[in-house]
Amino acid sequence: MLRVKPDQKQRIELTVNGRKYSGYATPRLLLTDFLRHELGLYGTHVGCEHGVCGACTIVIDGAATRSCLRYAVQCDGLELRTVEGLAVEDGALNDLQKAFNENGALQCGFCTAGILMSVTRFLEENPKPTRKEVTEMLSGHICRCTGYEQIIRAILQASGQ
Amino acid sequence: MSDVADRWVGTRYPRKEDAALLTGNARFIDDMEPVPGIRHAAILRSPHPHARIVSIDTSKADELAGVHGVVTGAEIADVINPIPSAIRVPIKFYPIAIDKVRYVGEPVAVVAAEDRYIAEDALELIEIEYDPLPATADPKFGASGDAAILHDDVGSNLVHHRTFRYGDPESAFENADTVVSLDWRYPRYASTPMETYGLVANFERQPDRYTIWSNFQGPFILHALMTGALGVAGNRLRLVTSPHSGGSFGIKQAMFPYMVLLAGCSKVLGCPLKWIEDRLEHLVGSSTASDRADRVEAAFSNDGELVGLRFENLVNVGAYVRAPEPASVYRMHAASNGCYRVQNIFVDNRLVVTNTTPIGLNRGYGGPQFYYALERVMDAGAKELGVDPAEIRRRNFIAPEAFPYNAPAGATYDSGDYETGLNQALDLADYDALKKRRDKARADGKLFGIGMAAGIEPSGSNMAYVTLAQTPEERAKAGGRSGGLGTATVSIDPSGSVTVKTVSTPAGQGHQTVAAQVVADALGLRPDQIDVVTEVDTLTSAWSLASGNYANRFSSVVVGAIAASAEKVARKISLIAAENLEVAPEDIELVGGEARVVGVPEKALPLRRVAAQTHWHPTGLPKELDPGLFETTIMNPPMLDAPDEQDRVASAVTFGYVFDLAAMEIDPKTGEIEIVKYVSVHDVGNVLNELVVEGQIYGGFAHGLGGAMLEELVYDAGANPQSGTFADYLCITAPEIPELTIGHFNTPSPHNSLGAKGMGDGSSMLAPTAVANAAADALGTFEIELPLTLNKIWAQANGQDYVRAGAARAKVGDGPHEDQGAGGGLTGGGNVELSATPEEVWKLLLDPDTLASVVPGCESLEQQGEDKFIAQVTIGVAGIKGTYDAEIELRDMVENTNVRLVGKASGALGFGNGEGLVSLKPLGDGRTMLSYSYQANVGGKVAAVGQRMLGTVTRLLIGQFFRGFERRLKSDGDQIGFLSRLFGRRR
Repeated sequence: MLRVKPDQKQRIELTVNGRKYSGYATPRLLLTDFLRHELGLYGTHVGCEHGVCGACTIVIDGAATRSCLRYAVQCDGLELRTVEGLAVEDGALNDLQKAFNENGALQCGFCTAGILMSVTRFLEENPKPTRKEVTEMLSGHICRCTGYEQIIRAILQASGQ
Repeated sequence: MSDVADRWVGTRYPRKEDAALLTGNARFIDDMEPVPGIRHAAILRSPHPHARIVSIDTSKADELAGVHGVVTGAEIADVINPIPSAIRVPIKFYPIAIDKVRYVGEPVAVVAAEDRYIAEDALELIEIEYDPLPATADPKFGASGDAAILHDDVGSNLVHHRTFRYGDPESAFENADTVVSLDWRYPRYASTPMETYGLVANFERQPDRYTIWSNFQGPFILHALMTGALGVAGNRLRLVTSPHSGGSFGIKQAMFPYMVLLAGCSKVLGCPLKWIEDRLEHLVGSSTASDRADRVEAAFSNDGELVGLRFENLVNVGAYVRAPEPASVYRMHAASNGCYRVQNIFVDNRLVVTNTTPIGLNRGYGGPQFYYALERVMDAGAKELGVDPAEIRRRNFIAPEAFPYNAPAGATYDSGDYETGLNQALDLADYDALKKRRDKARADGKLFGIGMAAGIEPSGSNMAYVTLAQTPEERAKAGGRSGGLGTATVSIDPSGSVTVKTVSTPAGQGHQTVAAQVVADALGLRPDQIDVVTEVDTLTSAWSLASGNYANRFSSVVVGAIAASAEKVARKISLIAAENLEVAPEDIELVGGEARVVGVPEKALPLRRVAAQTHWHPTGLPKELDPGLFETTIMNPPMLDAPDEQDRVASAVTFGYVFDLAAMEIDPKTGEIEIVKYVSVHDVGNVLNELVVEGQIYGGFAHGLGGAMLEELVYDAGANPQSGTFADYLCITAPEIPELTIGHFNTPSPHNSLGAKGMGDGSSMLAPTAVANAAADALGTFEIELPLTLNKIWAQANGQDYVRAGAARAKVGDGPHEDQGAGGGLTGGGNVELSATPEEVWKLLLDPDTLASVVPGCESLEQQGEDKFIAQVTIGVAGIKGTYDAEIELRDMVENTNVRLVGKASGALGFGNGEGLVSLKPLGDGRTMLSYSYQANVGGKVAAVGQRMLGTVTRLLIGQFFRGFERRLKSDGDQIGFLSRLFGRRR
């Protein structure tokens, strides 16, 4: 097993939104800090750094994951999806993003990236969720602006309901 | 959405802000590196609620590789002045503790390092000796003579006291048919924006000046306080706000002391500093709404007319009176009559400092507390008089024809129709059916209640209302204060593109969208053709004291300035087009991107071409026109005058209206509350954007409901905060929110050219009261204390005394137990049967080697003198593991019978002190019953983060200790077996 000193940086290579990225990380560097400050992918936000608020949620190897609870070194070689990869090819909003816009499902937008990533995975597994299922799923995210109602409507609309 | 609308304002235009936010392209403060060479700051905070700082040794932290420097309070005091206060009181408020800490979370030192990780490592190497002092978080105790004084120069914890009378309250109460009163407590909670405070501060030489990039929300009157503290002229403190801010709700007003602190540190250390507050820092050290311990009395005539009100407010401001406090208790003051005609009002305001985080702006700012008094006492009056709660409000409402209405304490209500709103709410709730449902539920033995609350929503604050905290004489001496300037600029550049600058620092309220709608209407364009810049740069923006985002001022004041600037631009374009098209200016209309002649659509010029002419060919303009298209409006709502000698003040520009109705069923078996109906009716004047208004209503409702049901920043009796994470401070989430039925009606405001009123506080002010009234109705008592947590409601539903949230009752019996009771700290005890005689147990209990081997996590233990031990122990609580230095003294020793242990421990993660009593009783047969009890207080990070676990961890550790002890007894006795030792089991 590779052993590195606490303050020793090593190169991490991973795929984010289908593109290869690499950067340097000490063993204790959080994935959030690596994504944001090493790779410049500022779309992922940090709300609590203790895994409760859900703002930093991204998709790692197919699973919606709190990126504040992962170290960068744990993600060497993995496939990540972040909010930057959601828009369709010409940069236009995808259906979920459009539904958020049309329903007023975001205000300050700080928690939004994490919610979008959770919902993306959620709808891939459950394409026609009930309102109750959507509400339960959202319990993993804190949004202080919207009161959630417009988010629920947006998710239902995005799922064609 | 079609390309051309008759009018964009009032439509459900989707927000312009969203695309950047939805795609990860929006930039927040932590995404910015505005200067090179930034070092990262971390703040060491006090683990003690109240203590003198005996010494600070930063040498080890300074030596750590990667550390740029460490700054202490004493060094900061050399480069800045105390931050000025809104009241005259001898408190020196620095943004960092100098010689004394007064709340857990108060900054004590700042480290700057290569990165935040190293900066936080260095915090742990700073050695501080504290001399702890008694502390309290309770406003009533704090105000009593018994509490320790926080500010020695003041000599009392009561730092402000003023009384006010309007009309003749004494006679009103004397002649009233009925007087009802409520003593009430309001909990401390906060809107906790998802993005915490963040800033980059940079000090430069030649000329000496500070620049601070931040997500500060204003009001920019605080810029004047910051320049005062930093000792520079206004133009030598440049504040730049980030393009986006992740929520604020008032909270980001209170970051200004941190701006001063980091600016000072940048000067001391000679480098730009970035500081991004973490969540734990935010929950203990940022800002909160005020908790209160108040009394309200209402006088009624027999026919239900409210004839007098008396408010006695005791506001817990936290450890310092941080500006703009005491504004929270004065924000509603000028509207102390609420929605009612009552003329006789007495107000007694007292402010108390306690060992808690200083308070500040928070959604609803003083409104939730005010309505908790007024709208609950209305219900109490209704009950006393046997009148329906809806009816008693109806009888007292200001009539629609009475507007504009001069309220007794000075507010001028612009417009309203309160009864229409009430009727709409009753219709939407089907009030009669709801009451029948209540009757039936009660007949079935269930707990069912209906509650309501009505309120006005003052918006667009008069910057002078806070001067009510001064006497008229003091105000006269200080010079006049009034107003609340709104500013906005609309410009068209040489390429013909339109830009609006609002300096309104939104944090999600859709200002860009609404501003674009307003300007689109004025210029005949689409909102997507207009770019809006909302951030402030105090060196380049047109700003003033009132700039910023608070008091719902955007739709009450700022839109007026935007509309006025847009009209100036439109007027200029019409004049130029009229000359070019050889018609009168009145015949020009701006439609579809063109300036065209009314009725002759083919006679038209593209707007961009007309606009471009002001830049490319200024000499060809009509003589009376100035070149360029850059129109700034600075407007002061004329009604915002200075307070008069009778302490009346026109506190705000517009007065919206909210009526909330809640119905709930309580399950007495669990204490669970189900809100079966919630209706909220709003008058926001003319609606500027339906989608934005709706979002504000839902959001305000969630905040109010969170405060009513879940959210509380808990302090223990020793003033140690217990809500340090989002697992302890329970923000409301989607499943906890019931269906909300929204109703609208509009009385356009005459105080605003668009007829709009401020909105946004909405149900954050009224939901706590509507819900509390429903709970009171269900439980048959006005003794309601928010938040309505399960254990509280269960206890009330079952006629029991309730114990504070998170507490478990001590149970008498064998096993170890715990009690985090209202008395504070951890207490508990238990009995253990040991297989040795009391003499053997006694000997082993006082043997350092034995103790070292059985105390869980013990790294070292040595005896110092007859009855004193010093130990180093490593313990993990809730995922945070730390090493603590412990000192234990043995007192009151009676050999072989009992001993009292008094100890304290401290480490980087917290501290504790406590005592325990151990007694031994022979059971015969060579066995002993050991009984123990303990009481301990724990503070610091470990308490704030791990309080949920402390009781369990303590129990676990004690269990481990006695298992080890018993093992040791046995091995000394009959040589315990190898396997048993290995698995650490007793049998």
